[in-house]
Amino acid sequence: MLRTLKQITRIGIISEPVPLTATERGERDALQEKIRRIYGRALCIRHVDAGSCNGCELEIHALNNPYYNLEGQGIKFVASPRHADLLLVTGPVSRHMQDALRRTYEATPEPKWIIALGDCGCNGGLFGCSYASAGAVSDVIPVDVTVPGCPPTPGAILSGILTVLNTPRAASVQESFHQG
Amino acid sequence: MDYTPFALDLETLPGAVPVRRAVVNSDKLRSVCTAVHQAGGVLHALWGCDERDRKSGYTLRVALQDAAGLLLLELQMNAAQPCFPTLADIFPAADRMQRATHDLLGLRAQEGDTRPWLRHGSWPADRFPLRRDYAGGGPPAAPQEGYPFVRVTGDGVHEIAVGPVHAGTIEPGHFRFSVVGEKVLRLEERLGYAHKGIEKRFETQPLMQGQRLAARVSGDSAVAFSWAYCMALEGLCGVVPPPRALWLRALCLERERIANHLGDLGALGNDAGFAVGLAQFSRLKEDWLRANQQAFGARYLMDALAPGGIRCDLDEANRRALIENLPPLVAEISTLHEIYDDHAGLQDRFTATGCVPPALARKLGLIGLAGRASGQSWDLRCDHAYAPYDKLAVRMQGGLQGDVAARVAVRFEETLESLRLCQLLLENLPGGELQLSLPPPTGRLGVGWIEGWRGPVLIALEPGEDGLIRRCHPHDPSWQNWPVIEHAVIGNIVPDFPLINKSFNLSYSGHDL
Repeated sequence: MLRTLKQITRIGIISEPVPLTATERGERDALQEKIRRIYGRALCIRHVDAGSCNGCELEIHALNNPYYNLEGQGIKFVASPRHADLLLVTGPVSRHMQDALRRTYEATPEPKWIIALGDCGCNGGLFGCSYASAGAVSDVIPVDVTVPGCPPTPGAILSGILTVLNTPRAASVQESFHQG
Repeated sequence: MDYTPFALDLETLPGAVPVRRAVVNSDKLRSVCTAVHQAGGVLHALWGCDERDRKSGYTLRVALQDAAGLLLLELQMNAAQPCFPTLADIFPAADRMQRATHDLLGLRAQEGDTRPWLRHGSWPADRFPLRRDYAGGGPPAAPQEGYPFVRVTGDGVHEIAVGPVHAGTIEPGHFRFSVVGEKVLRLEERLGYAHKGIEKRFETQPLMQGQRLAARVSGDSAVAFSWAYCMALEGLCGVVPPPRALWLRALCLERERIANHLGDLGALGNDAGFAVGLAQFSRLKEDWLRANQQAFGARYLMDALAPGGIRCDLDEANRRALIENLPPLVAEISTLHEIYDDHAGLQDRFTATGCVPPALARKLGLIGLAGRASGQSWDLRCDHAYAPYDKLAVRMQGGLQGDVAARVAVRFEETLESLRLCQLLLENLPGGELQLSLPPPTGRLGVGWIEGWRGPVLIALEPGEDGLIRRCHPHDPSWQNWPVIEHAVIGNIVPDFPLINKSFNLSYSGHDL
């Protein structure tokens, strides 16, 4: 126990400020105000792996390490889509995950946002479209923001999350999606 | 082992690892497999190829590991009735590989489980995507077919169905538990959700660029798979990469191993209720990845390797910086190792949980890191030390307890051993060229075989005539180890499943392909 406490105090708090420019900081403050207004205090994220190679998952894990202090921004990952405001979807969407992804989307209460994460989530990546891969997330559910990268860095993911709420949502992304 | 009684016509394939190939008939396939198993060998991989365009029906390939290296047995089947004798009674791990071979190519094992494995219903049961005449394209997804799980009945037995979307940030898969109270009577896995047609995709890729897709078979093993791909291709072309490239590849591979072990050690602490462990290890992992970014220009080395050598170099300042990072990390890990060992609550959760005793591990063919924690002493870096491991005298780590504690202990030991290897690699890094250009391939089959962090990964590569890949089969050790988890959880409590599962940390993507 003493050793554990010694280790904790020796390392101390290592969280870094979010690396933002003055404009971005202003935007972020406005965003946090927006998050606060819409969701009370917290933005809850549900991650869905719709068929990724697991590279993106490694960086989502990294985003939860002490350096990025995600919960300090009022953002946390939750265990169910029913608790979520935002779906963070990695892909490509395998045809075997298409139904599960749609159902997860439907289980997420409105208002909701969707981020397609990584090159494969954005456009199918190296796996493309095939008998087994449906390609981009946006071919299966409506997507608000894409974050490219293979895998995207934690900084890029964070920046995607912080900007998604600021993206002017077409009157209804979903309606236009469902109407094709 | 002596194959004289079988009168095998053994052909040695050129390349960096010892691979012998022999064509066998059905009877000989079974008798050689039995003999290899009795001599202590293991099954590595089983896959099929469509050779009808060469007028030779279909070929089944079975890769076995014996003391001398890899033994590749080939069984030819006629196009009208492609079936082969089951190997699942000799090597239980063969079962799912045989079912997958049917799903993808229509080659049927004559006995055993006939349920689909990788096919859920996105393509019809009588269509086989890996056949050359499969009319590809993207058909609309069919409804998911039902899957007949084995039902456990009796007083008080109920089922818990989990997945494919899980509560944590992990890959998709389905677990069906049959439980009484908290106790697990039976677990049945249903995988294949992440199947994205990787093998078929390989056939559209240029031979000289296939390492990019290989790196994405399982992102956490990008260096291992891309090295295996390059090794297979270099064997086909008869080229040995320059020493500096091989040493840098090994540095990348050991850095990948350390990054994964650091992540797992933290996650294992967390799954046993010790959040400090996760905070501390994820901090060390982040430092490690940032050092990758500084030295190689990327946190994850997805595209560091290239056929004939390596794409990223290491300048003198970065070489020194990486060396200087090593001793502080060794000290940090030693401190955390003591904290883990001294923590009664943690040890209570780790010890005797998810146990796979050595005899069971041997029977089921458990391999890689998890195998070494259950007395299965295989490590390609020691068994068939390909360059530069032939100069490094890797010390194999292992244990006999086979529980979560043993798999944690092996990770600690392997992390320290890999840090020692990083020191050797950095201090003795040879100068010279980074990459050779490859002539057109002269061989017809190349094999790459690399000890990744999870275990041995294999790539079997056939060149096409148009500069494309004819056939590429990537094999992740998760294939052998997933079925073992079904045994490891028997008699454990449901809340220990995440801990047991994490202690193996198998790949879904690498398995589902």
